[in-house]
Amino acid sequence: MSRRNLLRGAAVGAGAVTLPALLTGCGDGPGGNKNEVTVGSNASDAVPKKAFAAAFDAYEKQSDKKVKVNTTEHNEFQQNITRYLQGSPDNVFMWFAGYRMQYFAEKGLLIEISDVWEDFKGFSPALKEQSTHEGKQYFVPYYYYPWAVFHRKSLFEKQGYEQAKNWDQFIALAKKMHKDGTPVAFCDKDGWPAMGTFDYINMRLNGYDFHKSLMAGEEAWTDQKVKKVFDLWRELMPYYQKGALGRTWEEAGQGLQQRRTGMAVFGMPHPGSQFPVDERDDIDFFAFPEIDPQFGQDAVEAPIDGFLIAKKSRNVEGAKDLLAWLGTAEAEDVYLKGDPNNVAVNDGADTAKYSPLQKKSAELVSKAKHISQFLDRDTRPDFAQTVMIKALQDFISNPKDVDGLVNSIERQKKDIFST
Amino acid sequence: MPQKTARRAGRRATARRFTRRDIAVLGVLLGIPVLLDIVIVWGPALASVGLSFTSWDGIGDIHWVGGDNYENLVEDYPAFWPAVRHNLLWIAFLGLVATPFGLFLAVLIDRGVRFSRFYQSVLYMPVVLSLAVVGFMAQLLLGTDQGVVNTILDNRNDPVDWLGDSSINLWMMMLAASWRHTGYVMILYLAGLKSVDPALKEAAAIDGANERQTFFRVTLPTLRPVNVIVGVITVIEALRAFDIVYAVNKGRNGLELLSVLITDNIIGEASRIGFGSAIAVFLLAVSLGFIVTFLVQELRGAREK
Repeated sequence: MSRRNLLRGAAVGAGAVTLPALLTGCGDGPGGNKNEVTVGSNASDAVPKKAFAAAFDAYEKQSDKKVKVNTTEHNEFQQNITRYLQGSPDNVFMWFAGYRMQYFAEKGLLIEISDVWEDFKGFSPALKEQSTHEGKQYFVPYYYYPWAVFHRKSLFEKQGYEQAKNWDQFIALAKKMHKDGTPVAFCDKDGWPAMGTFDYINMRLNGYDFHKSLMAGEEAWTDQKVKKVFDLWRELMPYYQKGALGRTWEEAGQGLQQRRTGMAVFGMPHPGSQFPVDERDDIDFFAFPEIDPQFGQDAVEAPIDGFLIAKKSRNVEGAKDLLAWLGTAEAEDVYLKGDPNNVAVNDGADTAKYSPLQKKSAELVSKAKHISQFLDRDTRPDFAQTVMIKALQDFISNPKDVDGLVNSIERQKKDIFST
Repeated sequence: MPQKTARRAGRRATARRFTRRDIAVLGVLLGIPVLLDIVIVWGPALASVGLSFTSWDGIGDIHWVGGDNYENLVEDYPAFWPAVRHNLLWIAFLGLVATPFGLFLAVLIDRGVRFSRFYQSVLYMPVVLSLAVVGFMAQLLLGTDQGVVNTILDNRNDPVDWLGDSSINLWMMMLAASWRHTGYVMILYLAGLKSVDPALKEAAAIDGANERQTFFRVTLPTLRPVNVIVGVITVIEALRAFDIVYAVNKGRNGLELLSVLITDNIIGEASRIGFGSAIAVFLLAVSLGFIVTFLVQELRGAREK
């Protein structure tokens, strides 16, 4: 073979390798099948995954459409959401209510579903507000789970502990637990569990309205009110179990289950999914204690999960049909049969089969004057992700320097909210 | 002078031997790699430099913000300086502890300890693992409540927080990373040591050098090419350390590295692409600093020969 032939062969070979790749890059792929609705799911854990499968099965049975679920590990789903929505998203996708939904609506990445909402029954005005951006609806709420102080009923009985109503009782209880060798459970390796405690102390001390505008970037983090939140939190720190920054929420939940810790500020699925089925009736909770009587316990942190349609969805009609069904009480009943760690949002949902814990949760939220989502759902994602996670972890490892901490948060907040 | 003209003439002669088709073929063959290089390597690098002067959330418009990102990075971003420190510490640890240790093991094995094959394979084993896997293994060993180490220490009431305590966790991670790095370095040096001419050592011994002198004055200098490769690998390994800290705690709370900060800002819902690019440009500058130093030294070394 001559050198020239070799060169020619190599050139043809190179073309053969690169060309098909370029061609497929240009192609539009097959169009959407109108009788199939695809759902982008972040429900990668076993319990919700199975429960969702049951819900979609029920939809397939009562309509002539097929549902195809594409499940992604939930952290990965969250990490890639921006690119997912701009790429080729599924017809329907799972996401969160509140600011995190509004952010994408603002960016024009969602399809308005006010027409679907017109037929909805059983949703409270507060729920509608959480699904709305600038007067238009974009979100179908499906279930929620409240945050509270969770503990084992049996441990409280055995040790004679009493649920705390106010901050002083709470600190006294924590102190006693610490002395008894079952300290207060605490974890923040994942970066978010500690946010729940911050939210609650802030809402109890400064009220829901202040919390909301602080999250919106309208209040200064250097405000005396915010410093007081950290000061109060520091009172609780000595009674926490050690090593919070090396512990995941799963490990903290197991610690609670094994009676190594006394109580924990958690969302309902966190202890719920770490307790074996026959011990779930032993989980109990009380609302986060009152700090300022002016606000009492009027706010509840209850993140809502649900469904949305991406702007780039290929089968909007089918997607809306599925959403219309998912917004019914019946659809929520099917789901909750398989997942006892959440509570239905629809008033018409069947509460007869609720566990005592679910009943108590529903009651807690229905009595609330304000519902907050969660720190990372109530503020800008870039602020929550790049500033607050580190700030709270810094506070946990060094609770003394509150001034330095709030100054640093405020400076970064200005940088981010100004863009 | 005459030499030069001769060369020029020669070149003209060769140029004439190519037909137009040859030039086209060569153009395509050279063009494709050059194009790929520009598109895949230089394009993104330059785009990062450009984006680092803008503010962009990955969806809407791109705004020009000048040097704001750099100013915010240096002055307001609390994770930045720790990340720089950790990166440098990582390079220092691999370079001053793990690499010399690998060399030490290679020398031991090369001298023919008993069961040397066995040691060789055991020490090389971790190299086949991804750093992320090493990170998961580190969690199993060092977890606070359920980790093997704390279980052995039996300190349930006062557990050592190996991965959560920001004054220890970086060292644990560097140890875990060294576990793999040492084996890698050892294999490279073993190959190098096998190729050292035994006659050199004999000559040194006849000249009255003791073993230490023989090693540092004779063996090590002949290993120069291996040394360079090991040096480059060490720096690259240190700069691209990412998977292990990300697997352990997303590179937070004491495990900040520049690569993690870039990911944190660019990937995910945050999408501070301009700000993240500014960090990337900083990392690029650091890497270029090392690469250029290496190249300059190499070229100088080659010329001296």
